[in-house]
Amino acid sequence: MKLHFLRVLFICLMSVASAALAAADLEINTPAITTLKNSMQQRHSQLAPHYTSGAVGLTRDGQIVLRDANAVPLPQRQAINSLVGAENQDRSALYLEIARANQHPEWESEIRSTFAGRWIEKAQPGWWVQDNQGGWKKK
Amino acid sequence: MTNKFWMAIAALLLAGCVTINIYFPAAAAEKAADKIINEVWQLKDGETAGDTGDTPDKPATKPGATK
Repeated sequence: MKLHFLRVLFICLMSVASAALAAADLEINTPAITTLKNSMQQRHSQLAPHYTSGAVGLTRDGQIVLRDANAVPLPQRQAINSLVGAENQDRSALYLEIARANQHPEWESEIRSTFAGRWIEKAQPGWWVQDNQGGWKKK
Repeated sequence: MTNKFWMAIAALLLAGCVTINIYFPAAAAEKAADKIINEVWQLKDGETAGDTGDTPDKPATKPGATK
């Protein structure tokens, strides 16, 4: 009987160990994630000047928003709106894909808020970011 | 008594397995986020955007110029 429990104990220890190993890294190398990443990387060169001008800011929920349309020349406004829309679509898809790739779709909102904090943390000085209360500040 | 003891240990460990699996791995998520953001913004590790010196865009076109 004791041997049986030792066996159970061993199996359990192994699963703890494997779960701990699995938790060490999130799976982010799936074709869907790579596609989204590349699309966002290409879009970034078009968005970067608008981050710098303050027209576009980083929100506290891991998205971007056109916060000052006046900072964008009129002829470019349509383009910037679709850029922002496309970026937000990619970002939302990215958060969901990461959650799915790790077999935990319910992690989406936590992944989103993790990203929100990291985007803001890594934003360039001079870019506009949203604080936890929803107010805007220049980094 | 010993049976109960082992059973308790096994139950605790089993609960541990479940807890680990449903618990959100915050540190791993941050690491993953950093990796992806570095790629999207073309940063090297530990940098903020723009420190890389590469300017793929054309900041010369000042968006505020046209009023």
